[in-house]
Amino acid sequence: MVPTAYYLVLAAMLFSIGIAAFLIKRNVITIFISIELMLNAVNLTFVAFAHMWHQVSGQIFVFFVMVVAAAEAAVGLAIIISIFRTRQTLNVDEIDLMKS
Amino acid sequence: MSPIPTSYLWYIPLLPFAGFMVNGTLGRKLPRVLISTVALLCTALPASIVAWLWVTMRAPDAPDTLQTLTYPWIAITGFHANFALTVDHLTLIMLGVVTGVGFLIHIYSVGYMAHEDGYWRFFAYLNLFMFFMSVLVLADSFLLLFVGWEGVGLASYLLIGFYFKKTSAANAGKKAFVVNRIGDFGFLLAMFLLIAHFGSLTFSQVFSTIGQHPEWQGARFLTAIALLLVLGAAGKSAQIPLYIWLPDAMEGPTPVSALIHAATMVTAGIYMVARCHLLFDHAPIALTVVACIGAATAIFAASIGMVQHDIKRVLAYSTISQLGYMFMACGVGAYAAGIFHLLTHAFFKALLFLAAGSVIHALCGEQDMRNMGGLRKRIPITFWTMSAGVFAIAGIPPFAGFFSKDEILYQTFISPNPLHIVLWLVGLVTAGMTSFYMFRLWFKTFFGEPRTEQRETPGHPTHSVHESPWIMLFPLVVLAILSVIGGWVGVPAAMLGHDEIGHFLDPVFASGAAPVLTTGHSLELILALISVLTAAVGFYIAYLCYYKKPGTAAAFADRNKSAYALLASKYWVDEFYTNFLVVPLLMFTRGVLELIVDRGVVNGSGRAAGMATRGFAWATRSQISGNIRSYAGWLAFGAAAVLAVMVFGRSLWMHL
Repeated sequence: MVPTAYYLVLAAMLFSIGIAAFLIKRNVITIFISIELMLNAVNLTFVAFAHMWHQVSGQIFVFFVMVVAAAEAAVGLAIIISIFRTRQTLNVDEIDLMKS
Repeated sequence: MSPIPTSYLWYIPLLPFAGFMVNGTLGRKLPRVLISTVALLCTALPASIVAWLWVTMRAPDAPDTLQTLTYPWIAITGFHANFALTVDHLTLIMLGVVTGVGFLIHIYSVGYMAHEDGYWRFFAYLNLFMFFMSVLVLADSFLLLFVGWEGVGLASYLLIGFYFKKTSAANAGKKAFVVNRIGDFGFLLAMFLLIAHFGSLTFSQVFSTIGQHPEWQGARFLTAIALLLVLGAAGKSAQIPLYIWLPDAMEGPTPVSALIHAATMVTAGIYMVARCHLLFDHAPIALTVVACIGAATAIFAASIGMVQHDIKRVLAYSTISQLGYMFMACGVGAYAAGIFHLLTHAFFKALLFLAAGSVIHALCGEQDMRNMGGLRKRIPITFWTMSAGVFAIAGIPPFAGFFSKDEILYQTFISPNPLHIVLWLVGLVTAGMTSFYMFRLWFKTFFGEPRTEQRETPGHPTHSVHESPWIMLFPLVVLAILSVIGGWVGVPAAMLGHDEIGHFLDPVFASGAAPVLTTGHSLELILALISVLTAAVGFYIAYLCYYKKPGTAAAFADRNKSAYALLASKYWVDEFYTNFLVVPLLMFTRGVLELIVDRGVVNGSGRAAGMATRGFAWATRSQISGNIRSYAGWLAFGAAAVLAVMVFGRSLWMHL
């Protein structure tokens, strides 16, 4: 049986990669993928702890996260499409509408 | 007639309040007939309830007090207050005065105010006053009494400043309000002390506690409470040193002067002292203070009243003087005599004010007695009714004022107070002065040469002197009758009467009062004779100075310039207050409060908060770049920081 720590280390690595990509990458699509990566890292910890404690609630929570992520993907992609249509770019450094 | 259900007591204050709500909210749009109908109905019904109450309480087996159900009001740990209305014989007399005289003055106002703007406002305020005044006299606790106390102050302020476009009227209203605040401060402190020592503000509880502790006679805390209550009473009842607002209150319409500033509101202080008589009986020092304040105010105000030229101001100073009498009566423990004088004074002073209003009405607003004269034949009904009032206040038997004033002087003379002879002498001299200035008013207004002809210019035919309409004369006639016969309820045994009012008030005052001293009837008769002679002397001097040889008084004033100036300028009390209280207070406010506290601390802290926010914003503004990745970086940094604190913070904290 694989110890829980292994799953956690893997999840931490995935999460860190997600954060790094989120901070470094300029393409919106890539940033979007990195967010999904972080979400799935969290899902992995949920499942790992659910397995460790023999509790089913963690696994149920993962379903919720997946549902929310799917909804978020739908909305996010729609936003990205409309941004591309108006600005002809996907570079986040050029999308600075929030500048004060 | 069946006894009155106690729940009906609520209608006495609530009906005028309903009238206030109707006239105060819708009045602007209503026709005048409807406004006066509402206002009159809302005072007539309580008056008839009071009449019913009167019949109930006079029944042979009637209880001494009636009380409504008690409702909780304030309930916190260690203190709770309930509210209820209660009626005993003292309240009944006050209610009779308030609703009866109040109703008559409402009728009068319909005529007096007929041509004024703000008709609806006037009646709304009058009804508001009736509401608070009935709450005041019906209250079963100090707290509810205080509600009424403040409320009548508010109504008084609103009505003094009724002609608010006139600066003097607006200022007079403010002056009355501010001066009354000083008295109310004393009242509040007294209530705090009562809570601290009795844990309750209900009259029955406080007084029964006092009754159970005879060893408290002269106790210091009771004296303190009593003295603070006296301060409150002095503010409301216009006694030294807080009397200065009442003469200025004459800026209000005349019916207001009659109702609030003569008959009812200003007697609230006397009512309160009489209501708390058990407390005052246990605080002899406070009682002596009351007597001295009363006597001093009586003679002081009377001396000023002798030289005033404004007809309403003479009456105002006379009111202060008569209130001083009532205070003096309470101060020597003769509460029943004080309340008796309150009753008769309500009749004749309301009458005098209303008659003065009728004179002013006849002369189209003229208030200066130097411009009056010879009105006897031209406004005969006003003349005859006012004469009844003048004779009553001057103490000419058998008019109402004679019996009540004589009772006060007699009770003062026989009281065990060490100062009783001095107080009696002061009262006697005041009686002479009262007689003098009232007959002075009478002669100057109604006798001699008419001095009003110059006003009747051809272009203004309406300026001719005219008798008032019947709606104004009817209350005058009723009050005149009461001024004649009102005193007969208190004819002492020495004059073959039964002193009915004294016995009527016995259940209220007998419980703790000192045993009534009896000195035989001959002394009482001699004293009565002396006071009648004094009144006659006052009349004779006025007759000489203002009828027989007009100008005598002016010549006398010329010979004693400094004394006359002292009186005419009202002893410079207003100036004294201005220079020694108002100006230093203003300097303190402008110099310390405005410059240092307001501009320095208050404005400064606000400005400092603004500056700090601006500075912080200036420092962080560069971070709002619109670059999503920098936001994300800050977000990640923050999350990491929170994590670090959660993981390492506790152990760090422990090691520090």
